[in-house]
Amino acid sequence: MTLLNVENLSKEFGGVHAISDLTFTINPGTIHSIIGPNGAGKTTLFNLITGVYTPSAGRVLFQDQPVTGLRPNELAARGMSRTFQNLQIFMNMTALENVLVGRHLHLNTGILPSLFRWPAIGRGDRAATVMAKDLMAFVGLEKYIGWDADAMPYGALKRLEIARALAAEPKLLLLDEPAAGLNATESREIDEVIKKVAAQGVTVVLVEHDMKMVMEISDHILVLDYGRKLTEGTPAEVRQNPDVIAAYLGQVG
Amino acid sequence: MRSVLSSRWAGLLLLAVVIALLPLGLKNNFQFDIAVRIGFNAIVVIGLNLLIGYAGQISLGHAGFLGLAAYFSAITVTRYGWPPLVSLLAAATLVGLLAFIIARPVLRLKGHYLAMATLGLGIIISIVLNQEAGLTGGPDGMAVDPFTIGAFKLVKAREWYWLVGALLWLAVWLSLNLIDSPVGRALRAVHGSEVAAEVVGVDTTRYKVMVFVLSAVFASVVGSLQAHYVSFISPQQAGFFQSVEWVIMVVLGGMASTYGAVIGAVILTALPQVLTALEDYEHMIFGLIMMLVMILLPKGIVPSAGALLRRVSSKAEGGK
Repeated sequence: MTLLNVENLSKEFGGVHAISDLTFTINPGTIHSIIGPNGAGKTTLFNLITGVYTPSAGRVLFQDQPVTGLRPNELAARGMSRTFQNLQIFMNMTALENVLVGRHLHLNTGILPSLFRWPAIGRGDRAATVMAKDLMAFVGLEKYIGWDADAMPYGALKRLEIARALAAEPKLLLLDEPAAGLNATESREIDEVIKKVAAQGVTVVLVEHDMKMVMEISDHILVLDYGRKLTEGTPAEVRQNPDVIAAYLGQVG
Repeated sequence: MRSVLSSRWAGLLLLAVVIALLPLGLKNNFQFDIAVRIGFNAIVVIGLNLLIGYAGQISLGHAGFLGLAAYFSAITVTRYGWPPLVSLLAAATLVGLLAFIIARPVLRLKGHYLAMATLGLGIIISIVLNQEAGLTGGPDGMAVDPFTIGAFKLVKAREWYWLVGALLWLAVWLSLNLIDSPVGRALRAVHGSEVAAEVVGVDTTRYKVMVFVLSAVFASVVGSLQAHYVSFISPQQAGFFQSVEWVIMVVLGGMASTYGAVIGAVILTALPQVLTALEDYEHMIFGLIMMLVMILLPKGIVPSAGALLRRVSSKAEGGK
């Protein structure tokens, strides 16, 4: 069984083909990277998969169910979660509350129980708080548990997004440039977090520019160029592909 | 968690004590009247603060909801002899339903556009109340029978004080409960980042609609009661300026603070009464005070004061 099937997916923005006729699959339990030069359509692809954008053509299957056109919150309920290239942190909340929002789908969200604070609300929140603290420790943020999100440094917020996404207990986690803007040490630490996440059985899809990181942790790489698939395969295969070298890595060598 | 719990009950207890003891300091009917008006405004503003302060949406049309409920109660009770409590509940249901129907299209808008749309809504309601003179008495307004529950009849401000005080306490309790729950966090998440809220499973439309309806129902309950209390209503009460005044109370007291909403209502309702002694300078001084508060306490009175207290106490601890 495949976890995600993308079939003939296309997205146009006023005549510009951001994604053209793209087809690929993602197997469960793998770390899958999507690379490509700037403007290749990586983030657009993320937005199409997670329901932020609606495709112009083609379809997406998640766990063999067609999910094209579903809203992001409906996809989240089916087990999809993500982070953002440009941070999308709830700056009006504490770090811990950010992670607690990630538990939303697993908590009682009835309006009357909340207004009259039935005991179940308190119980659910206490359990969720324990879990959220564990998750913050898991991504290396234990010292920020009591902090307001808007007081935290950039690198910590990158991880906070991962903790929040994990709180939803996703089957598929999409990370949009988790190492962008981080220094080498921080990058390495994010690396470790991603490996730990994958080791727990969560399928990870990664958009990343840090080639060293991509080559090191990916099971499978998809290369995009101008919204089309250039090639895909294992890191070794991709590294040797002449098209990839020309379009992307060529500038390095 | 424990400290959050206890601080919540401490606040609620303090509020209860203030409400219980305040009448000892109130000398005459006029002062009771102001206290009752403060209570009415505070309840509306607590609801509006859930929408504006917590969920980050805006409404310049809530006076319309209050007006609709006020007229519904006035007409059904005074003309058709409905029991006031039944009218109040029916009005709240109808206003809630109306808010539910218009919330979806209106709350798709953001920022200035949402402000314009809700402003339009308020103006439409106010025009209808003015024009349907056969039903509403038009610009002249209409008289309203007093509020009765069975044989009980509420007339004097002194009697109303206890009903409004109890309802205010209830509104604060409900608001604090809601905010400290998964629903409350979802509302704040909508404010923080809608797209991030959606990708972790928050149905942002549902929560925006819910909080809009809830705040409209708060305004509706106050509208029904106020109609009986004042015993006379006119379309002015449903007008644009009333809506703006409530928004100012939210901002002045402090966005995303339930007690801030209460403080905002206290100050904006009581201050003009205090300043009447200044006669011609009243409005000037009033404006000046508003400006100074917003410059010196940009987050509103309660959040800014809270931050100040924390800074002072952490300094004191650091000195040990």
